[in-house]
Amino acid sequence: MGSLLSQFGLECGEKEVKEEERHLRANDRELNLSYKYADNAIKTSKYNIFTFLPLNLFEQFQRLANAYFLFLLCLQLIPEVSSLSWYTTVVPLVLVLSMTMAKDGSDDMNRHICDKQVNNRKVEVLIDGELKRERWMDVQVGDIIKLENNQFVTADLLLLSSSEPLNLVYIETAELDGETNLKVKQALTVTGKLEDSEEKLASFNGEVRCEPPNNRLDKFTGTLTLKGETYSLDNERILLRGCTLRNTQWCFGLVVFGGPDTKLMQNCGRTTFKRTSIDRLMNVLVLNIFGFLAIMCLILAIGNGIWEYQDGSKFAAFLPKGVNAPFSAFLTFWSYIIILNTVVPISLYVSVEIIRLGNSFYIDWDRKMYYPKSDTPAEARTTTLNEELGQIKYIFSDKTGTLTQNIMTFNKCSINGKSYGELLDFSGQRVEINEKTEKVDFSWNNLADPKFCFHDHSLVEVVREGNPEVQAFFRLLALCHTVMPEEKKEGELYYQAQSPDEGALVTAARNFGFVFRSRTPESITVMEMEELVTYELLAVLDFNNVRKRMSVIVRSPEGKITLYCKGADTIIFERLNPSCSNLMEVTTEHLNEYAGEGLRTLALAYKDIDPEYMADWKLRHHEANTAMDEREEKLDALYEEIEKGLLLLGSTAVEDKLQDGVPQTIEQLSKADIKIWVLTGDKQETAENIGYSCNMLREEMNEVFIVSANTAEEVRKELQTARRKMTPDGTEEPTVKKSRSGLFCLIKMETVVDEPVNGEYAMVINGHSLAFALEKDMEMELLRTACMCQTVICCRVTPLQKAQVVELVKKYKQAVTLAIGDGANDVSMIKAAHIGVGISGQEGMQAVLSSDYSFAQFRYLQRLLLVHGRWSYLRMCKFLRYFFYKNFTFTFVHFWYGFFCGFSAQTVYDEWFITLYNLVYTALPVLSLSLFDQDVNDRWSFQYPQLYAPGQLNQFFSKRAFVYTVLHSGYSSLVLFFIPWAAMHDTVRDDGKDIVDYQSFALLAQTCLLIAVNIQLGLDTHYWTAMNQFFLWGSLSVYFAVIFTMYSNGMFLIFTSSFPFIGTARNSLNQPNVWLTMLLTSILCVLPVVAYRFLRILLWPTINDKVRYKERQNKVLPPAPRRVQARRTSTRRSGYAFSHAQGYGDLVTSGKFLRRTPKSRTSLFSQTDSPLVQTQPQYYNTISEQEEPPLSP
Amino acid sequence: MMKEELETANRPDNTAFTQQRLPAWQPMLSAGIVIPGFVLIGLAFIGIGVALFIASQNITVLERDYTGVETVSDCYKCSNPSVKNCTCKLDFSLSNLFEGPVFFYYGLSNYFQSQRAYGASKDEYQLSGDLDYFKTPNSACSPYQYDANNNPIVPCGSLANSMFNDTFKLYQMVNGTKKLVPFDGKGIAWWTDYNIKYRNPSVTPLKNAFNGTVKPPFWSKPAYELDTSDPSNNGFVNQDFLVWMRRAALPDFRKLYRRITEGDYASGLPAGNYSLEIAYNYPVLSFGGRKKVVFSNVSWMGGKNQFLGIAYLVVGSLCVVMSMVMLIVYAKFKFPEDDK
Repeated sequence: MGSLLSQFGLECGEKEVKEEERHLRANDRELNLSYKYADNAIKTSKYNIFTFLPLNLFEQFQRLANAYFLFLLCLQLIPEVSSLSWYTTVVPLVLVLSMTMAKDGSDDMNRHICDKQVNNRKVEVLIDGELKRERWMDVQVGDIIKLENNQFVTADLLLLSSSEPLNLVYIETAELDGETNLKVKQALTVTGKLEDSEEKLASFNGEVRCEPPNNRLDKFTGTLTLKGETYSLDNERILLRGCTLRNTQWCFGLVVFGGPDTKLMQNCGRTTFKRTSIDRLMNVLVLNIFGFLAIMCLILAIGNGIWEYQDGSKFAAFLPKGVNAPFSAFLTFWSYIIILNTVVPISLYVSVEIIRLGNSFYIDWDRKMYYPKSDTPAEARTTTLNEELGQIKYIFSDKTGTLTQNIMTFNKCSINGKSYGELLDFSGQRVEINEKTEKVDFSWNNLADPKFCFHDHSLVEVVREGNPEVQAFFRLLALCHTVMPEEKKEGELYYQAQSPDEGALVTAARNFGFVFRSRTPESITVMEMEELVTYELLAVLDFNNVRKRMSVIVRSPEGKITLYCKGADTIIFERLNPSCSNLMEVTTEHLNEYAGEGLRTLALAYKDIDPEYMADWKLRHHEANTAMDEREEKLDALYEEIEKGLLLLGSTAVEDKLQDGVPQTIEQLSKADIKIWVLTGDKQETAENIGYSCNMLREEMNEVFIVSANTAEEVRKELQTARRKMTPDGTEEPTVKKSRSGLFCLIKMETVVDEPVNGEYAMVINGHSLAFALEKDMEMELLRTACMCQTVICCRVTPLQKAQVVELVKKYKQAVTLAIGDGANDVSMIKAAHIGVGISGQEGMQAVLSSDYSFAQFRYLQRLLLVHGRWSYLRMCKFLRYFFYKNFTFTFVHFWYGFFCGFSAQTVYDEWFITLYNLVYTALPVLSLSLFDQDVNDRWSFQYPQLYAPGQLNQFFSKRAFVYTVLHSGYSSLVLFFIPWAAMHDTVRDDGKDIVDYQSFALLAQTCLLIAVNIQLGLDTHYWTAMNQFFLWGSLSVYFAVIFTMYSNGMFLIFTSSFPFIGTARNSLNQPNVWLTMLLTSILCVLPVVAYRFLRILLWPTINDKVRYKERQNKVLPPAPRRVQARRTSTRRSGYAFSHAQGYGDLVTSGKFLRRTPKSRTSLFSQTDSPLVQTQPQYYNTISEQEEPPLSP
Repeated sequence: MMKEELETANRPDNTAFTQQRLPAWQPMLSAGIVIPGFVLIGLAFIGIGVALFIASQNITVLERDYTGVETVSDCYKCSNPSVKNCTCKLDFSLSNLFEGPVFFYYGLSNYFQSQRAYGASKDEYQLSGDLDYFKTPNSACSPYQYDANNNPIVPCGSLANSMFNDTFKLYQMVNGTKKLVPFDGKGIAWWTDYNIKYRNPSVTPLKNAFNGTVKPPFWSKPAYELDTSDPSNNGFVNQDFLVWMRRAALPDFRKLYRRITEGDYASGLPAGNYSLEIAYNYPVLSFGGRKKVVFSNVSWMGGKNQFLGIAYLVVGSLCVVMSMVMLIVYAKFKFPEDDK
């Protein structure tokens, strides 16, 4: 019915009829074309050659400032109103428009190129029974196309058949949803039979009816009708454009949606532009300025009315007027709107953009944020947020890959009561291990991983001597895991581990001579001290969160059955044979030591099993495994039964390597009064562990609250208890400051006031509790408690919760937030925060692609904020203050002159001066101020992170600062108008000619103004580079050069009416009293400011003043930031951590992934197009990075 | 080697500019600069102020209102606009020599030459002698663009039309007889106005250029008859016309009328009684304006202006006082050496 309707509609030529159902038949282009579905060409560009000019202009005039200027231009065309020549508005407007147009044009050009490239990609299409290579854009709905491994999916396809068993295909959806783990799609059995036979495929004539194009990525409904049978289709059968085919040799698909109809494209175009708080403030200010402008014009218009009534009408003998006083006042109002427009300068927006762009380039150029190891420079991907970097109050950080390198290294172990891995010198002192320390030579083992390093030689000696415990220890590590091996060439082993911890342990065993080589569902082959041994795998007792351990039961070639178990020490110790108690004590000591160093520990144990018991157990295991109900419980009980009476082997200590300089960075940032919250998908133990090792959680903290309740009420209780502990005498209700902001004050804001806390507290909250705490009725409680803590760690949170937490703080704290992360699961929070930072240079570019800034190492964050951010903020504020100052001063002089020209909207300056003032005379000096200025250099910025505080408090540019600027301008304009007036009104030149003619006075007023604002700029400049000097003096010289040129005889003779000021410069700049007046106005404008600033520095010095003073006092640079390796002696006792939640033992034993011989497989779960896997064998490609708990309701 | 190069391909350039390490001068408002600076500026200003003040004090100015508002004034009889061709007299006496060169100005008050519409009401092209604009004056000149018969007005516009047309003759009373003080009307306008900005059309006789045009309604004679005795002072380059056309910025202004530089008066006006004969034509009372005449001499800093000298003295003294205050504050509150 639907298709009929749409068919009908289309036949009538009504393209507007909404598609209600899609209908198509495979291999039937004629029918499919008749529906006029979009083909597979995409178009993201906005313009073409013809539409560019009109469309772009239309868009630009939608901006307030541009529209305002257009309005002014229209006003100027009315002769009665026009108080300024047309060029005063046209020149700046054209300049601004053409600059923006050039930028938009080049952007669109890039999109054109990009579109073209995508549209011209080739894919094999089945046409007339033959596979032909076609361009993507020529693919039509209903075509059958063939995809090969690692190819991008061309359009939204219905999967027909694939090379893999069961018609499975593996796809990576990173471009769509950011998840890097592979997903499985399966074709219908009926279509799977088509396989790769071209004849069968060509004769396939299935009809598909499905939903119209939409943007739901996770849903698809439709039916396939084939030979009279109807099969239902769901999302499982659909390959979406934007995905990549992985680990599948080929597959065939039927195009269902093409080009703009694909779900990928339907999801595009919703990028929200981030605006900085300064932007918003500026908009509010501009609106207020409009009001202010209207008031000024109104006053002047009323003045004009009165003047017309009292004087003008009587003056009619000399100046006849055809209009009455009220109408004249009305016209004057508009005339003054034109003249005083400089209070809303169009060049402001352009300058702001230029400054931000410049400051973004500094970030790109910074060598101190360049990471040589991966050759990644920092990148400012958004160029409009710079000053916000100087105002960050909250940082939300991911853990894995951001704070840590996501590299686990096997650092230490304790075997049979002896600890290995420490280096001691002769006196028994610990030796600091650094890059120069001699590494253990593993060359005797030709299967060793060359990247593995270990420093304690004794362990190798022991293992080579054949110490049975040590050998058992490594045998356990080589057997008890769920790692997948991959041997591309003989002896070149790659491990695919589910968690990096596991990979590190197996690699350690490999290097110490117990090389895990291959596995089948029933066996594990290990090279034990260069001897190939195959163990029969009897059972895998998988890891999970409750068990906190995993075991394998294997039968050795000799027939001995052994259970190997590794897990959390507390869990293992409960299950040990009592005979191990002595060893347990020693091992516990070692574990404490490891935990104190922030290492992640596991205890290892084994147990020999009686074959008869095993046979019985195996039988019961099988029963339980096939049980219909309570399967989990039954299995757990069985596991519990066999994992008893274990014999302790020892323990391992794996270091979750922090990135370089993380603790120092965090310390610096917290000194700058930035609060850091860690939001991680990891487990609580892991997160806490990292919290301690990067100094966010400290022993000396008063208390670390742990919120991990299971019901809403309990969570509320825990939060309240924590809060009451922190502020025993605090109020129950949060102090909320209500205010309004935004344009017309329409946005209601509620700000929760920070509450004072004695002592240092921290909070760890898990995802489950967070789900309750983020509910509407409890979010305030969460926010209050969390904000009182120095450190907040949220673990096991979903990407959505990450974003919710960020939104919560944004909403109630009105503070600037920054989110930093590296993975796809951080994308949501990166987008939610004011500023998103992505860690680049690793696999998975999702975070980077959606971020505003990216760099390779977490530690660069301090440079980004404390140096670049602070400077950008400082520069932007200085710029805005100065810019408003110079324009207001400029404009107010006109206002005062109104009282002396009969409120007739006579400009006080030459019209050319008005045109060029913002564009030429003052543009470059203020730009150089806002591109080069620094109060103190970067070293001092690091030395005193407190310098960051003014930005957080919005101290440098706020409404208050703006009002001061306006008052300052008012004073300056009074000086700049009335001093020349008083000095000139009753005097004459030194040759007796009159001096107060309009043109001379205009020249005097404008020169005074220009000198005064330039000196003011000089006062504001703290950092005088050659450029600043050049631009400042250059601008003044240009001014004098320009006036002498424009007031020259030649210019007048050529453009008589445009340059009526002929001779003015020559005739008045030779007068001593003119120069004396300029000197007096400049001094009067500047000296009060100097005196005020001098006294302020003495009486109420800010932190900036103090540091500047200090810098001046000792010219030497501050000491380079020290890098102390924190070695904590801790009494904390929980080193256990494991980064994955649920093993995939099932998969290992089911053999689902091992059906095909490894040789024909290109790579298991690895992206072959990424060289990183090859070069970093220690970097484990995790199959699912962290299993996220289910989304919160 | 190749590999190394490849690996650092993205390394940013190490220049002072990109790394924001440009050498720079970083001045600070320290006591060592600010306090002596204030003292120096203060002293310099006091010096300049004294010089200006003395210079201003030495200038003599004689100002007389002749609007004729008061009935005792001789010009009262002329203040009625219906009286035509009225001449009145303004007597004054000098007890000392009025040092020369003496400049003679007329002044107008409450007269808005600074009005935008007034100032714009002229035609630059016409005034630079472009004959095309004689026929079609700029529309800005309206309502003095065409007369009632649609003849173009030359020079057009309110500014030209309202040209000041009182004339003055100064007599010194020597033993009861009137001795004419010679006025010098040459070179009272700017050189650029006279030579570049305003030019007569190159038609001789000048009168022919004005064929088909009419004089501004307020004028008693056309432009080409402004000074029939001297062609270089006639038409648009008439000095009085040029002075008038250089419009004043403020509503109270004075304009140079003549210089007294010749004959017995080259060194100034000797003490004695003088009589100024005024041909009273220009109506100002209707809009509450005032007319005055000013005799003044000048110094290096121009005409008499007390303000500048006093302002310099005041600012200079304030600077010195401020420096004292700052010194005291500095002594009390300066940063302790080891403050953080």
